[in-house]
Amino acid sequence: MSVTASKEDANVTLEAKSVVSPWKDAWKGLKKNKLALVGTGIVVLFIMLAIFADFIAPQSYKEQVLPDALQSPSADHWFGTDDLGRDIFSRVVYGARISLWIGFFAVLVSAILGSFLGIIAGYYGRWIDMLISRLFDIMLAFPSILLAIAIVAILGPSLQNALLAIAIINVPTFGRLVRSKVISIKEEEYVTAAKAIGMRDSRILFHHVLPNSVAPIIVQGTLGIGTAILDAAALGFLGLGAQAPDPEWGRMLSDARSYITQAPWTLIFPGGAIMLTVLGFNLMGDGLRDVLDPRMKN
Amino acid sequence: MDKPILEVKELKTHFLTDNGSVPAVDGIDFHLNDGEVLGIVGESGSGKSVTSLSIMQLVGQPGKIVDGEILFDGEDLVKASEKRMRQVRGGKIGMIFQEPMTSLNPVYKIGNQLVEALRIHKKMSKDAARKRAIEIMKLVGLPRAEDLMNDYPHQLSGGMRQRVMIAMAMICEPKILIADEPTTALDVTIQAQILDLMKKLNHELNTSIIMITHDLGVVSEVCDRIAVMYAGRIVEEGETKSLLRNPQHPYTKGLVESIPDVRYKKERLYSIPGNVPTPGSVKKGCPFAARCAFAFDKCSEDSPILIDLGDNHRVRCLLHEEENGAELLQTSMK
Repeated sequence: MSVTASKEDANVTLEAKSVVSPWKDAWKGLKKNKLALVGTGIVVLFIMLAIFADFIAPQSYKEQVLPDALQSPSADHWFGTDDLGRDIFSRVVYGARISLWIGFFAVLVSAILGSFLGIIAGYYGRWIDMLISRLFDIMLAFPSILLAIAIVAILGPSLQNALLAIAIINVPTFGRLVRSKVISIKEEEYVTAAKAIGMRDSRILFHHVLPNSVAPIIVQGTLGIGTAILDAAALGFLGLGAQAPDPEWGRMLSDARSYITQAPWTLIFPGGAIMLTVLGFNLMGDGLRDVLDPRMKN
Repeated sequence: MDKPILEVKELKTHFLTDNGSVPAVDGIDFHLNDGEVLGIVGESGSGKSVTSLSIMQLVGQPGKIVDGEILFDGEDLVKASEKRMRQVRGGKIGMIFQEPMTSLNPVYKIGNQLVEALRIHKKMSKDAARKRAIEIMKLVGLPRAEDLMNDYPHQLSGGMRQRVMIAMAMICEPKILIADEPTTALDVTIQAQILDLMKKLNHELNTSIIMITHDLGVVSEVCDRIAVMYAGRIVEEGETKSLLRNPQHPYTKGLVESIPDVRYKKERLYSIPGNVPTPGSVKKGCPFAARCAFAFDKCSEDSPILIDLGDNHRVRCLLHEEENGAELLQTSMK
């Protein structure tokens, strides 16, 4: 007995050195994935732009200098100027603030709402699952951008309403993801074990079921930010999102589209910014999925 | 010692599926005396686990206790409210499971999982609960208890995890510990350690234990009494020694003869032919009749009743209603 115990002891100390917390483990895995690192780099870059926009942008994003309208990129205006003579570089930098803000908060709201509904549906099953799942099905039956347009049309066009609309259309994605995860987790023995020590349902849900489904939520969330930014740009382009003079990228594209032949830079730079951010989030999301999803390991 | 702390009477747990009701547990009676270790033995699918989950009122959908009583200290748990059951689970009756690998939540430290039961049942402060957790970890023989509190489950070996599970179940000093195949997933040396530990808990804390297993070796090691289950019913019940030395039911006899014995080299190990019938598929007669070497005409017609043989030994077999049945059983099965 004592021999085995000390042997076990030794094993554990040996393991303890090599095993770190799951999050450090995930970071280590992410570091090995070059593409994911590039994606993370892009995301960090844009976050920096958004935070320090006041220091980075050389000019105001809304100050109109009409004599300087539609100038091509130069030392004074790195990305050129638009039809109202506003510095496009400054506008793209400030635009990062709007896009990331929409991306993060839309995803946050839909992740919270979706997880909540998904947990309830998955854990309790029966009629409540029926109700929530059919609601998701109905929402997914609409093309998402159409649904967003409908919601904004009802609420009135503004940035906040666009955010809300994007949040709502993404709820089913999170809801279904969490629901399927919860259905598999609730059959786990540690949930039965938790019940067997007298834990109440609500505590089991938030202390055992939710933390174990957090990895796919994070992955979906990262990928979802990219989609949300794209949706926000689409709504902005249609005039349903950010209103002038807010430098929202989609809005900038829409304002500039009549100058596409004379001043292509008015479209290239905001368009490029959208592409780059979405690419960044997608690469990062894919990388996170590889390290956080145990099925993808090995 | 002989006062029953738990009495199960005519318990029927059925699974209500679309294809009708499936009787996983079909009317079982047994009792557990204070301070006793009772073994419930049977093959996979005989209803052992459903019985234990029924006691805890943890049978999941679509399972349902359709009839019977489960008296714990005189209180019927079948009728108890969910709130009352939460007090009983973990507080009065602890339970451990077969798979120590999956019975611990992978995202929490051992310490946090251990103190959970204390925080629920004893409303202890964090510090007091931690102290108690370290105490119980030492009691179940875990080395370096203080360090282990901060470890994650995946850092522990199977044997250690099962000790943690036992510590978790025992931390509020329940009167009964239900162990559902506690050693099945462990290797033999660790098995022996865990069984020793359970015996120790039984002696030192006077915890009554229900040991659910398919391993007769395990029951002979620790149990005072044994109940043999087959197809949702108890077919034989008696004190460990008399039941194993002198099994009165052909099924028990078959089980005993199919234990490998390292001391003798037999040509072939005995095995009971066939499988446990799916619950509810046997409508008439004895459910074991199709696999029984001693079956005669009556077995496919009449349902056997539980016959008291004296000395706490009871058996559910039609042979014992026949004149020379008991002698017939003495002959070998081969």
